[in-house]
Amino acid sequence: MTTVAPAKTASRLDHQPGGGRPTARKSPYPYWFLVPGGLIFTIFFLVPSVMAFYFSLTRWTLFDQEFIGLDNYVQFFREPALASGLWHTIVYAAVTSGLKVVLGMALAVLLTGPILGRGFMRSVAFFPVLVSTIGVGLTFQVLMHPTKGVINQALDLIGITGPAWLVDPDWALLSVALVDVWQGAGLATVIYMAGILSIPGEYFEAAKVDGAGPWQRFRHVTLPLSKPAGVSVIILSLIGGMRKFDLIWAMTKGGPGFTSDVMASVVYKQYQAGFYGLSTAGNVVLFLLVIVIVLPLFWFFNRREDAR
Amino acid sequence: MRLVTALAAGTLSLALSACSAGSLGSSDDEGGGKTEITFLTNNDPSNVKVAEAVIAAFEAKNTDVDVKLDTRPQGSEGDNLVKTRLATGDMADVFEYNSGSLLQAIAPQTNLTPVTGEAWVGDLDPTFKQVVSAGTDVYGSPWGAIVGGGIFYNKPLYTKLGLQAPKTWAEFMANNAKIKAAGVAPVEQTYSETWTSQILVLADFHNVSAAQPDFAGKYTNNQAKFATTPQALAGFQHLEELKKAGYWNDDYASAKYNEGLNAVAVGKAGHYPMITFGVPALDTAAPDNVNDVGFFALPGDDAAKNGVTLWEPSGIYIPKSTEGGKLTAAKRFQAFIASPEGCAANASAAPVGGPFAVKTCKLPDTVAPAVKDLSAYVDAGAASPALEFLSPIKGPALEQITVEVGSGIRGATDGAKLYDEDVKKQAQQLGIKGW
Repeated sequence: MTTVAPAKTASRLDHQPGGGRPTARKSPYPYWFLVPGGLIFTIFFLVPSVMAFYFSLTRWTLFDQEFIGLDNYVQFFREPALASGLWHTIVYAAVTSGLKVVLGMALAVLLTGPILGRGFMRSVAFFPVLVSTIGVGLTFQVLMHPTKGVINQALDLIGITGPAWLVDPDWALLSVALVDVWQGAGLATVIYMAGILSIPGEYFEAAKVDGAGPWQRFRHVTLPLSKPAGVSVIILSLIGGMRKFDLIWAMTKGGPGFTSDVMASVVYKQYQAGFYGLSTAGNVVLFLLVIVIVLPLFWFFNRREDAR
Repeated sequence: MRLVTALAAGTLSLALSACSAGSLGSSDDEGGGKTEITFLTNNDPSNVKVAEAVIAAFEAKNTDVDVKLDTRPQGSEGDNLVKTRLATGDMADVFEYNSGSLLQAIAPQTNLTPVTGEAWVGDLDPTFKQVVSAGTDVYGSPWGAIVGGGIFYNKPLYTKLGLQAPKTWAEFMANNAKIKAAGVAPVEQTYSETWTSQILVLADFHNVSAAQPDFAGKYTNNQAKFATTPQALAGFQHLEELKKAGYWNDDYASAKYNEGLNAVAVGKAGHYPMITFGVPALDTAAPDNVNDVGFFALPGDDAAKNGVTLWEPSGIYIPKSTEGGKLTAAKRFQAFIASPEGCAANASAAPVGGPFAVKTCKLPDTVAPAVKDLSAYVDAGAASPALEFLSPIKGPALEQITVEVGSGIRGATDGAKLYDEDVKKQAQQLGIKGW
């Protein structure tokens, strides 16, 4: 069965930027065409990035600055309240990314299948993506109120005592992650749908002729051939999850205590307290964390694809 | 195209900033010979009401000055705005900002105009003078009243159960047990607004300094820690003890400040640890029950040393960037705020949360009972300023730590240790020697 997936088709479906080999082709533009773009890139992207690295090594206020070497980084990793933010970030990114992959795939199979009102259903699945994250956060903060919230009142009706979602230290991070999944699954669904719809119909027909049931068709045709879409979903949701700030800030502000603090909210709090150097160092740590986790994953997925 | 857009955006923002600075400069000659000055304060509705009343009273007496009111956000957002405007020389002619430790963070000696020689400085309460000074100079006049931290209690409930305002922690716990037995939540906590969780630790400072008068100095010099000083650790232990005893209201994790004020006013809770600046807010949270709320200082170990921790009002400052005719007008405005007329205008606009920091000002007769209770401590001399007015260091994560200790996520000693780390970070940031 697996032989129906020739490597060529898979790589043609690969829309990953930067996934290919470096091209030796000559640019169609002369060098002076690059000057405006290069200037903008240098002034607005390169210089601030390099400056951020420098300022993460200083203790600075708006009035003066002092070079202190790696002290900010030492502080970051030594203080339990800051270090726990690092761990929460990884948990949060893994949970949201994992659920988005599973839910997105399930919804995509449903919404590409023969169901009633497909166009409308597709819009409904995508709708939460369009709503402002802060709005979603504040809305769910009301819905998840332990006693006055609709969610727990509904659970009460069927005899379940719901947890105190956002104010229970064991649940707070997970509750925010669940809302994030609710909001972001639509995007994963759309990417998966694009992947599934680009699979030529002949494969499904051939599988049917060979006597494959629905589960086998899913397992041996849809799943392997929509893998490039899956890689996009994983990478995008992982990066998004690690950088998440707005939703967490709107819902819990990192609380109760530090139990739902992630890197981005920790960085923001240090900035608020006037620890500008420390918060810049936190940003650098976040940047490195994203690279350390995402790059190897990216290579891993692409290598698997080439080898297949 | 992108370059053009970027350039256009850049020019526009330059033009905008130049415009605002320019209009500030040129307004000197406008308004029929009137000097126009700008007053920047925080945007809390009752604060704005007070500012408007004070400006109106000032302008009625000083017809040649026109004061324009400008507002900024509260909290750390407002802090950053003040710091940025000072650093760029774009500050309003007169502005309201914290006194005490936060004042030191805006470098008064480089950024503010000293007012040491002004006549009204002699009328200032000595503790207030201390918290608006840097080096040998005084920089500000007081904005609002001195408030006290301690515990709001429900007076009808105390009468019904035959309780007395406690002087020691043991008496307080005994009262709590009786209140719980009567089916009422003994102590209200409101962790949805995290700052309210700090009061049990911060308001306990009078007990710390009564037992160790030199604590503040040692703390600033990195010689005393919360985790290793028993009296300082007590604040964290109280939180842990009350949580373990099950004395909080059921919804402590999700309740808000205004709900807390309401609860103690209508008798849903027996106590609410709070600062008396909550008295004006009681007026909106439970307008019919303001007179049912009493106040007592946070009880400590020793009944003989029972007293209240005081928070000084914020200050009114003039930046160095204000010069010439504007400076004269700004100084007159600053002096007016520190005069009996200024205090009267303040009291006419909103209920007062405590005594004024100007000796020539008198409290109106119609203050709330909680404020009368506070004044009794102040008049008896049983009061100390809060730690943040004696030391430039206050760790910014205290509210999260107290939420953790009060919710049972972290133990008291562990919480105090974590706070000591937080304090260290702040001290290093301020460049204090010995850290």
